[in-house]
Amino acid sequence: MGVANRVAALALALAAFTGGPGQAADVKIKVGVLNDRSGIYADLGGEGSVEAARMAVEDFKAADKGIMVDIVSADHQNKPDIGANIARQWYDQDGVDVILDVPTSSVALAVSQITREKNKVFIDSGAGAADITGKQCSPNTILWTYDTYALAKGTAGAMVKNGGKSWFFLTADYVFGHSLQKDAAAIVTAAGGTVVDSVNVPFPATDFSSFLLQAQASHADVVGLANAGGDTVNAIKQASEFGLTQGGQKLAGLLVFISDVNALGLEAAQGLNLTEAFYWDLNDGTREWSKRFAARHGGKMPTMVQAGVYAGLLHYLKAVDALKSKDAAAVLAKMKATPTDDPLFGRGSIRVDGRTLHDMYLFQVKTPSESKGPWDYYKLIQTVPAADAFRPLGEGGCPLVKG
Amino acid sequence: MHSIFGIPTPALFGQLLLGLINGAFYAMLSLGLAVIFGLLNVVNFSHGAFYMLGAFTGWLLLAGLGLGYWWALLLSPLIVGVLGMAVERLLLARLKGLDPLYGLLLTFGLALIIQGVFRNIFGVSGLPYGVPSQLAGARNLGFMILPNYRGWVIGLSLLVCLATWLGIEKTRLGATLRAATENATLTEAFGINVPRLVTLTYGFGTALAALAGVLAAPIYSVNPNMGADLIITVFVVVVIGGMGSILGSIVTGFGLGLAEGLTRLVYPAGSATVVFVIMIVVLLVKPAGLFGRST
Repeated sequence: MGVANRVAALALALAAFTGGPGQAADVKIKVGVLNDRSGIYADLGGEGSVEAARMAVEDFKAADKGIMVDIVSADHQNKPDIGANIARQWYDQDGVDVILDVPTSSVALAVSQITREKNKVFIDSGAGAADITGKQCSPNTILWTYDTYALAKGTAGAMVKNGGKSWFFLTADYVFGHSLQKDAAAIVTAAGGTVVDSVNVPFPATDFSSFLLQAQASHADVVGLANAGGDTVNAIKQASEFGLTQGGQKLAGLLVFISDVNALGLEAAQGLNLTEAFYWDLNDGTREWSKRFAARHGGKMPTMVQAGVYAGLLHYLKAVDALKSKDAAAVLAKMKATPTDDPLFGRGSIRVDGRTLHDMYLFQVKTPSESKGPWDYYKLIQTVPAADAFRPLGEGGCPLVKG
Repeated sequence: MHSIFGIPTPALFGQLLLGLINGAFYAMLSLGLAVIFGLLNVVNFSHGAFYMLGAFTGWLLLAGLGLGYWWALLLSPLIVGVLGMAVERLLLARLKGLDPLYGLLLTFGLALIIQGVFRNIFGVSGLPYGVPSQLAGARNLGFMILPNYRGWVIGLSLLVCLATWLGIEKTRLGATLRAATENATLTEAFGINVPRLVTLTYGFGTALAALAGVLAAPIYSVNPNMGADLIITVFVVVVIGGMGSILGSIVTGFGLGLAEGLTRLVYPAGSATVVFVIMIVVLLVKPAGLFGRST
């Protein structure tokens, strides 16, 4: 037995003594924000998600209600093995009760599995694979913000309705890109459109000009970008260079975050159609919160992922407060039984498969002349009501759904 | 419609031209690498970081001082070149006489540090940088739409490559440089300050990388990882061309761009791999590279 192990054992023994029944008046909760803090998704979650979690605790006035919250954070580097190790250590040794955020679907699925084993709570905001609440759903996992199905449905559905009948896909050549294309193509055909062609772009890619030329030559109404992050930024930047939209074709980003639009600048991003679950300038509630967030986070407006971390933790704290307990099964049941209601996502609910239902929004990126200042990027085109935005409960293949 | 091997000719020409433009970036970056390897015997893994620094310096000049693209094109290579010289003087010079592996490790570590610092300050999503207004727009060449900016990239990089090649092959300074590459001790005996020559060469190589960075800023995402994404392909170019061969890196740079362009048309999914396949074939047939001298 090594020194470290002995120390750990001692600490555990101590914890057992100090946490005895004599001090049960307060509920002590440990929250772990697990996300990408250095890689391609660091800007859409990262430290901003930790800040959002802190704001949730402060806004809820948890301490006044006898709930002591401690927040820890770690970098999963977008690697499932690293994410799984951290989750295990957090649950087994550090006493973490709930894990938040976790972008990158492969890591999210691993953490979901471990959370179920350990019977803890996992509220995901950053990952997008619809399978998390589908075939691989778990009673302990909630997917708060978005998924690939909802994004495809919002963007592709609305664009076909508005005359974008024929589609050409630029697809990142790995699992995520293909599943995004599959979801979107299904919605395009269901809405009466056609998929003319698609091209598999090696991932990651810097130069999209050849593929954009093929997209141009296809004369499809819409060029769908089934990719993410730096690939999307490069593709959009070069589409604007090649005059794709000036030629009458429309560009549809199937996974675009406001941080990507900020990186592109409006000159290159203007006219892009995209779906998000949250935008800072939607209503008074989102504006008030977002301005407070930006003041604490270097002037950067929140992404929908960071907003989802805030709202998810808030809903969790409400359940703990109502029960005066942090028992995972009881808290999860309470969370699913209580309608969600917060200033960022409005009213909604959590389904048995873990899917949070709230409105989704189809936006169009403003032109530089329409924008009144920094971060004034989106025009609201259409609100997709919660009931229509997500995959119907019966179609996901989640074993928790009976009937 | 005319076609060659079942591919419509306009599409073929379009892809070839685009391939050539990508080749221009490869050529400029591998040129700097080749010059540095030729003279310093250093496998400069921080080349990608200097390329990224070039693009970021362009952005900083614009955001901080309001100096636009044309100023960046001039100033950014100068600034990064001076930085490169400082790196050579303060760090690389100390490794003289050691196994080249140490130089590789040093420059690789340096690249990681530079990228990490920039990631911390600027995040990973990237920064906006637009095409200069004089070069905005596109023209219809009949077989494809060519953005004016891409035309400019290919013209300028051809010019730079040609000037570098002429400078090294045809001028007195170039002759000294080649002599120092061949035999540094003997060259020094002729009263030539070889360490200074080495510093200037490294500075020039990094300046070339920075110039490529500024050229790339309006069309590629300006982010801390932009160099790391490109550097592997550039090394492949140098290996195929023959380590240290100036002409080899220029010809191979453009050639691989073309090969990639063609693959994108015929079998898109393979376009990222094709350069490696070519490398393997070349190494099997000519282990010293196409233009390299076997030693």
